Amino acid sequence: MVLRSSLKNCLQLSCILRTPKAGFRSTTSGSLIIQSTSNDVYQNLAVEDWIHDHMNLENRQVLFLWRNTPAVVIGRHQNPWQECNLRLLRQKNIKLARRRSGGGTVYHDLGNINLTFFTSRKKYERMENLKLVVRALKALRPQLDVHVTDRYDILLDRHYKISGTAAKLGRTSAYHHCTLLCNADKVVLSSVLKSPYKGLKSNATPSVPASVKNLFEEDPSLTSEMLLDAIAEEYATQHQTDHHITLINPADETVLPGINNKTKELQTWEWVYGKTPKFSVSTCFNMVYKDSVLDVKVDMDVKHGRIEVCNIDLPEQWLPPALSSELVKSLTGSKFCPNEITTLVTTLLRVCPQDEELQSRWNLLCENMIMLM
Amino acid sequence: MAAVTALRSSCRTAGRLVCIHRVRSCSGIRFIKSKYVCVFDKSALKFSHQQRLFRTSAVSCGQIVQFKLSDIGEGITEVTVKEWYIKEGDSVSQFDSICEVQSDKASVTITSRYDGIIRKLHYNLDEIAYVGKPLVDIEIDASKGVSPEEDVVETPPMSHEEHTHQEIKGHKTLATPAVRRLAMENNIKLSEVVGTGKDNRILKEDILNYLAKQTGAILPPSPKAEIIPPLPKSETLPAAPKDRARKIPVPVSRPIVFSGKDKTEPVTGFHKAMVKTMSAALKIPHFGYCDEIDLTQLVQLREELKPLAQVRGVKLSFMPFFIKAASLGLLQYPILNASLDESCQNVTYKASHNIGVAMDTEQGLIVPNVKNVQVCSVFEIASELNRLQSLGSAGQLGTNDLTGGTFTLSNIGTIGGTYAKPVILPPEVAIGALGKIQVLPRFNGKGEVFKAQIMNVSWSADHRIIDGATMARFSNLWKSYLENPASMLLDLK
Repeated sequence: MVLRSSLKNCLQLSCILRTPKAGFRSTTSGSLIIQSTSNDVYQNLAVEDWIHDHMNLENRQVLFLWRNTPAVVIGRHQNPWQECNLRLLRQKNIKLARRRSGGGTVYHDLGNINLTFFTSRKKYERMENLKLVVRALKALRPQLDVHVTDRYDILLDRHYKISGTAAKLGRTSAYHHCTLLCNADKVVLSSVLKSPYKGLKSNATPSVPASVKNLFEEDPSLTSEMLLDAIAEEYATQHQTDHHITLINPADETVLPGINNKTKELQTWEWVYGKTPKFSVSTCFNMVYKDSVLDVKVDMDVKHGRIEVCNIDLPEQWLPPALSSELVKSLTGSKFCPNEITTLVTTLLRVCPQDEELQSRWNLLCENMIMLM
Repeated sequence: MAAVTALRSSCRTAGRLVCIHRVRSCSGIRFIKSKYVCVFDKSALKFSHQQRLFRTSAVSCGQIVQFKLSDIGEGITEVTVKEWYIKEGDSVSQFDSICEVQSDKASVTITSRYDGIIRKLHYNLDEIAYVGKPLVDIEIDASKGVSPEEDVVETPPMSHEEHTHQEIKGHKTLATPAVRRLAMENNIKLSEVVGTGKDNRILKEDILNYLAKQTGAILPPSPKAEIIPPLPKSETLPAAPKDRARKIPVPVSRPIVFSGKDKTEPVTGFHKAMVKTMSAALKIPHFGYCDEIDLTQLVQLREELKPLAQVRGVKLSFMPFFIKAASLGLLQYPILNASLDESCQNVTYKASHNIGVAMDTEQGLIVPNVKNVQVCSVFEIASELNRLQSLGSAGQLGTNDLTGGTFTLSNIGTIGGTYAKPVILPPEVAIGALGKIQVLPRFNGKGEVFKAQIMNVSWSADHRIIDGATMARFSNLWKSYLENPASMLLDLK
C-alpha cells in the first residue's frame, strides 16, 4: 500500500524532525533546521525536490543546510556547453548537475555552503532570507562589510560576490536557495566556469560573471562549520524555534520515501544535458594534414541535447562524398556527447574501405568534431 | 447499453464529475449499490486516462476558459516562458504542470487549475508572458459550471469542505474534486486509499479498488461483456463477511487490465553504427570452433603473481595471459591477424597485434584494443588493460583506443556462459569468446579424478581465408600455452 507506507513514513519524518526539547509550540507548525549528512550534489538536490513535493509548508518553514564535493551546478534553463568547460570537468572528475531552480551557474566544493529556505508559496520572500544571512554574518564578525544587492547577491567589501541566489516556485510551496563562499578553490572555480566552446547560439539563460572572494580570505578564523552554525542560530531566533539542527540522510528511503528515484533522475543524461534549450553551433576550425592546412566549417542544431541538423563543409573531395554523407547521417539524431560520438565514428570506421590514408583523414576530422562537444 | 454510448460520445475531457452525473441519470440500468455506478466511469475513464496526453478528437462542447498567469510574488509583472509541458489538443487535469517560466533567477512551475483540453497557447518559447494576462485557453465541459476567473492563486475552492484537505502530518493527499466527492459519498477517508497517479495522486480507479477490497464485492466486468451473474450472486448472499472474503480469490471473468504500452524509439547514434557494423559482419561466412582449456596451473600462477602486480599498482586478471598467449599464437598463424579487402582480392597481413577486448558499458558494447601486444610483456598488457577499463567506465575512451584492432577476445565469462557464437568485427577475420571458469572433475594422466579449473573458448573465423585446420592448430597452441604457462617462457619475446 504505497500511500499507507508513505503516510507512515511522513509521520516518522515529522517525528524525527520534531525536536524533543521544549520550546516547540506545535507539531505541525514551527520551523525546522535540517542538515544533510551527504556531500553528493545529486542526493542533496533530490532532498530539495522531495521537500518541495512532499512536505506541507502551510504552517512551517524549513532551512536546509548542505555542502557538496566538487561539482558545477547549472540553472534549470541553462546550456552547460555555454557555461563551463565540460572537458575539464570530465578530466578532473567534477560532477555536473542541473538544478530545478532558475538562475546562473555555480561551482560547489566543500568550501562553499548551500542554504535552502523552504516556505509556502505565499510566504516566498528572498530579500528577507538574504538579510537573515547578512545579520548572521555580522553577528559572527561585526567588522565584515557585507550587504545584499537588488540582484539578490551578497557582496563583500562592496565588490566581491560571496553569494548567489536562485529560486523555484511550485503550486503551493516555494524555495529560495543561495550559496555562501567560505573557502572554495577559486582557481578551479574560474577555470571550470570558462567555456571554451565557440560559435554557440542559444536562448538559454546566460550567467553573469562576477569577481568572487572567500570569507576565509577576509578573516582566516572563519570556517564553514562556524558559518553554518551562525546562520542556523539566526534562523532559529527569527522563527522562534529551537536552535537544533536535525541531520538527514539523503539515501534513507524510510525517512524520505521515493528519494532514490529523484536522485537517479537528476543524474540521467536526459535531465542534465537533454533539458538544454535548443541551440546551434556554428564554427570553423583548421585541420593540419600532411603539410597543408584545411578549413572546415561546421553547423549544427542541437535540440534536447541531440544533434537535429548537421552540416559539415569540407574541402572538395577530401573525403569521398559517400563517406562524408555517412558521417553526417550518423551524427544526426545522436547525442551531442563526445563519448557517444567517439564510439559511433570508431564503429563506423569498421565498415569504411580499409585505406590507411582514408582512415587517418576520417580520424582527424572526427577528432576535431568531438572537440566541439 | 445506451448509457455507455451516451457516455462515450460525451466529451472525453476529464470531466469525471460530469460522467457520474450522466450515468446516474440513466434510469435504464439498474445497480445494486450506487458504487457500481462508477464502473462505467471506470472503463471509460481508463480510456481517457490513458489517452490523457494524446490529441483527443472530442466534440467541442465545452466552454473555453482563459487561464491567466497568476501572481508570482515579489511584485513581478513579467516572466519568460521557458518550456511547455503540454501542446494544443492535450488533455490536462487539475494540478498537471503546464509550463515552466522564469523570472529573475526564479523558475516557476505553472499548474493547471482546471480539467480540460488545451485549446491555445498564448506564447511561444522564450517569449515574455505577463502576469494577469491569458497564458493558455482551456476548454472545459460546460455542465461543470466553473466559477469565473480569480486572478490570485488560491487553494481549490473546495478547501472548506470536509474531505478535501486531508493533510496527514505533512502529507497532502492529491485528488481532483471529482475524486474527492466520490470518496465523500462513499464515506471513504482519502488517507486510507492508495494513490497510483502522479505524485501519489488518488485516482478514480484507486477509490474503486479500495471499495472492492473493503466490501469483498466483485466488480462486474466491463459493459461489453454484459454479464449479469454478479448481481444475483450478491442478492442471494446472506453471507457473513467471512464468506464474502473467501469469495475474493475467485474473480468472475474480470478482465485483466494491463496498462503498459509499447514504446517505439528511433535507432540513433551508437546503435545505428552497431546496426551497420553487424550487418556488414553478416557478409562474412563464419565458422565456429570450440574447445575447453584446463586453467588449473594458470589459476595458481595468477594467485602468485597478483600481489606482485598489486605492488606495482596494477590489477592482474586472466585477460593479460589470454591476450599474450593469443599474440604468441598469431606469430605462428599470421593469417588470423589479417584483413580481407572489400573485393576479396587481397589479404593484408597486419604486422601489429592490436588485440581488442570487448567491454560492456552503459551505452553498449565497445571494443578498445591493446596496441602491439607482440612487443608487450604480460605486465604491460595488464597495466594497459587497467587504463582502458577505467577510461571505458568513465566514458572517456579516445578514437585511438577504439580503432586499429586486428583480433578480438571477448571475455563474456565474467558475466556468465560457457560456449558462445561470437560475431567477427570487420575488418578482422577472427574472434574468440571466453566462457566462465568452472571447477569440474577431470581425469589426470594416472586416471585419477581431480579438481580442474575449466574454461570454454569459442572461436569464429572468416571461412573465406581461414580454414578449420588453421583455426584448430592456433587454438591448440593457445591452449597449450595456457594449460602450461611455463611453456610461454620459451617463446616470449
